[in-house]
Amino acid sequence: MYDLSAFYQADSLEAAVRLRAEHPEAVVIAGGTDVLVQMREGKLAGKALLSIRGIEAMEGVSLDEEENLRIGSLTTFSHITADPLIQTYINVLGEAVDQVGGPQIRNAGTIGGNTCNGVTSADSASTLHAWDALVEITGKNGVRRVPIEAFYLRAGQVDLHPEEGELQTALLIPKASYERTFGHYIKYAMRNAMDIATLGTSVNVRLSEDRKTFQRVRIAFGVAGPVPLRAKGAEAVICGQPVTLETVEEFGKAVLGDIHPRDSWRASKAFRQHIAVESAKRCLIESVKLAGGEF
Amino acid sequence: MAEVGKRRVRVDAFDKATGRAKYYEDLVPQDALYVRIKHAEIAHGIVTAVDTAQAEAIEGVVKVITCFDVPDRPFPTAGHPWSMDPGHQDVADRLLLNRHVRYYGDEVAVVIADNEIAAQQGVRALKVQYEELPFVLDVQEAMAEGAPQIHEEFPHNILKHTSLRQGDYESASKEAGLIKVEGWYDTPSVQHCHIENHGCFAYEEGGRVTVVSSTQIPHIVRRVVGQALGRPWGDIRLVKPYLGGGFGNKQDALYEPLCAYCSTQVGGRCVRIDCSREETFISNRVRHAIRTHIISWLRPDGTFAARKIECFSNQGAYASHGHGVVAKGMGAFPQQYPCANVEGDAYTVYTNRPTAGAMRGYGIPQAMFAGEAHIEDCARALGMDPLAFRRQNIMPQGYEDSFSHNVNYEDSYRQCLEKGAAYMDYERKVAEYAKETGPIRHGIGVAAFWYNTAVYPISLETSSNRMLLNLDGTVTMQCGETEIGQGADTAYAQMTADVLGLASYRDVHVVSTQDTDTTPLGLGAYASRQTYTAGFSIRQTGLLLKEKILKHASNLTRQDVHNLDIIQGRIVRTTDGKDLMSLSDLAMEVQYDTVHSEHITAESTFTIRNNAYSFGCTFVDVEVDIPMCKATVTNIVNVHDCGRLINPALAEAQVHGGMSMAIGYGLGEQLLFDEKTGRPLNNNLLDYKLSTIMDHPHLEAQFVENAEPTSAFGTKALGEPPACSGAPAIRNAIYAATGVAVNQLPVNAHVLFRRFTEEGLIQE
Repeated sequence: MYDLSAFYQADSLEAAVRLRAEHPEAVVIAGGTDVLVQMREGKLAGKALLSIRGIEAMEGVSLDEEENLRIGSLTTFSHITADPLIQTYINVLGEAVDQVGGPQIRNAGTIGGNTCNGVTSADSASTLHAWDALVEITGKNGVRRVPIEAFYLRAGQVDLHPEEGELQTALLIPKASYERTFGHYIKYAMRNAMDIATLGTSVNVRLSEDRKTFQRVRIAFGVAGPVPLRAKGAEAVICGQPVTLETVEEFGKAVLGDIHPRDSWRASKAFRQHIAVESAKRCLIESVKLAGGEF
Repeated sequence: MAEVGKRRVRVDAFDKATGRAKYYEDLVPQDALYVRIKHAEIAHGIVTAVDTAQAEAIEGVVKVITCFDVPDRPFPTAGHPWSMDPGHQDVADRLLLNRHVRYYGDEVAVVIADNEIAAQQGVRALKVQYEELPFVLDVQEAMAEGAPQIHEEFPHNILKHTSLRQGDYESASKEAGLIKVEGWYDTPSVQHCHIENHGCFAYEEGGRVTVVSSTQIPHIVRRVVGQALGRPWGDIRLVKPYLGGGFGNKQDALYEPLCAYCSTQVGGRCVRIDCSREETFISNRVRHAIRTHIISWLRPDGTFAARKIECFSNQGAYASHGHGVVAKGMGAFPQQYPCANVEGDAYTVYTNRPTAGAMRGYGIPQAMFAGEAHIEDCARALGMDPLAFRRQNIMPQGYEDSFSHNVNYEDSYRQCLEKGAAYMDYERKVAEYAKETGPIRHGIGVAAFWYNTAVYPISLETSSNRMLLNLDGTVTMQCGETEIGQGADTAYAQMTADVLGLASYRDVHVVSTQDTDTTPLGLGAYASRQTYTAGFSIRQTGLLLKEKILKHASNLTRQDVHNLDIIQGRIVRTTDGKDLMSLSDLAMEVQYDTVHSEHITAESTFTIRNNAYSFGCTFVDVEVDIPMCKATVTNIVNVHDCGRLINPALAEAQVHGGMSMAIGYGLGEQLLFDEKTGRPLNNNLLDYKLSTIMDHPHLEAQFVENAEPTSAFGTKALGEPPACSGAPAIRNAIYAATGVAVNQLPVNAHVLFRRFTEEGLIQE
């Protein structure tokens, strides 16, 4: 039994936008794997719910006319992992979301919910940051797109305006982002399933034609700050450098200048920093191998 | 024997696999009221007022009861047999609701409502005012001068202190040329995490209170509810349906007394209390966190000259099982590695933490972590192979404990160590791993465990049993040793079938539900005693029933009773094997005899005045990723000498579960508290790192089957032993892999990061 004051069911995107604007106080529920837990805990007790589950237009993965990869916000984790387009263009995202919770959670939880929560530990978030994803937002006034970095305002807060009827409807990976790009994700957690990331690290590389030089490297972390973040200093350090283990070491050290994890009872700052350096190096090495490079 | 010793499918397998089996929640009447508890939000203090007005105004709220309303009648909660000696009775320090709040989560009020939401809203609407007192979480700080006093009658918060003296430690430790090995070892508070949270419902009927509860110990809880309510025990009826695990947490009266009381406050209407997982972690019971200090004085030849142990057991807020837990652990110390000169002291100390009670292993997992980590330290201090050091010093065959008179009839320890080493390919791996130098290293660790089966001679051991012959020739059997998921009912069915000569264990209907109105008095499921203890009364009662059956058979067939037996469920003349009649025909003839009709039953009680050692060991192979501060168990084997196996499939399952628990204890599990407020930080299954199937390698269970001479069926403890030696084996394997000793559990990434940094394996 859940303590909720009202339940609105949207059966189309139009209805969802309208209901959202009419009931901006209502909490949007998709897979329910976070919302219902918080409602049961009392954090969302007594709230109204707006369900967008079942809106087909918001589900599935496709390529748009510009060959950008479009991931509907209601696509579940297990569908993302199994999707052929994901496997072809951004396999690391499928691998990352395959580490969320357990099988039941991955069958119900959606990538939209994962990002709209605004939490730093979300398994999809660091990879979406590292691949310069764009967030598609649909509201009363139409569709707008914002870079995912701008979408995260602060811990638990994303750039959505309920009174404008706004919902996140898709995540886009631009072609320029995924072309000739290979990435790896390390979820560092205290156990191998049913866990939240102590640190999430996602790296992707584009090597030169001869695979001897780093043309572009991007790295993003979860739980290295209040929201997922890019380590742009480290990215700048490595750009144009040769593919060597020395470069990997420099890259690892450089991330310390970009991240700002905090001490909490879940993990110390020093520990998270240590794991960030090690994970950055391991992700980079793995990404190089996927890109056909050698050390 | 036809059934004992065979792999048999559980009698409850189909019902449990299909969801048909009824647990307490499946039985709650539809009109039951919901009781939800207001838990204190301070660690220590006095409730000065509870404002109930807002809660009472919520639609659906029937009644609010606060700590100011309940009777001032303290009761004990531990699931121990009653003792006729007042000096051995459990400490009665518990009230139904508490004005003196002793831990963050203590019960201060309840809201009773006709639906769950109203009850929850009512709890949130209660306004509690406190006079806060200083609190203490650490066991040794609680003993210090000036520490907050948690229970007035226990100075320095010491619930109990016991000592152990044998030989002369002081002078023996002065022998020339001794090597001193000293260590402090810490184990955490952990929770049982059984699948089914505790819950119960209660109602009044016929002037009595019925409580249906998820408990391991219905007859004992009946007594505790009677004590708490101040009513004769006969006024209380306890019913125990199927249980989704207990591991000792439900070997305590949990919310049954409060639930029964609430029913009496709403005119006897049915009320239910259902613990959430968050409440289960904090407001049920936990495993005692024990800090242990050990000193060993070793001769260069690897023998012990003198040994000393001090144990500090964190009891938490209320006495529950109290000192028995650490006392059992300390008791193992001089036995496992015998030494002429031993000094020991154990303290059980109240703190402002959740109450510690019984948990699978009852003090032995803690004792084995400290003891077997220390044995490892001794071996390494001497430069000896840890396995060789154990073989040299561990309890020999023929050892008899002077208190319990338990005898190590066979060379169980060495046989188990031998078998485990062979499975692990111990020597080859030790040599191979010694060559490793990279960031990823491997190690193999071993730990042995001491255990005994039941609670004799400390407490009463009794089992009662009732059997009746049904008209179809099957047998219905009842006893008080409860099925809690461990498979006891199946073992009972196998033993009953063999005693009576039935064709199959399927011909025995074990009444799984205990109902104190109809079930013969038994003490429930605890220690590792069910199969051992129930075995005696099953045999005795079965033989009584068989005697009656054969007497009737003799009458009906005109044969001398001495020439008759029951074989495969039929009456057979033993002299020539002639099949005389079926049990069904016999039962029908006797029941429907128009002159001497008889309902064939037998009932008896057996008092057990024996206990039995149960020994074994764990070998673990770990892979340690040093830069990532991660240890992974890649291979693990437990070897047990638990006597004869009644059902090898269930025995293996029991061991697998214990190994899983040990892996969690070794690598992940601990309850954390905020130092500033005493608030629990991780009382949920996300932040509490119980291990998952993805964290386990293949779990290998092996056995050495030395039949236990004191036992009715040659069997002895297997319930708790599997959880006892895994954690120290993991710790020792990490030591072997990295050269880094970790003296606290769990050996998680945070601890490894600190230790690897201290030892220079990683640089900041």
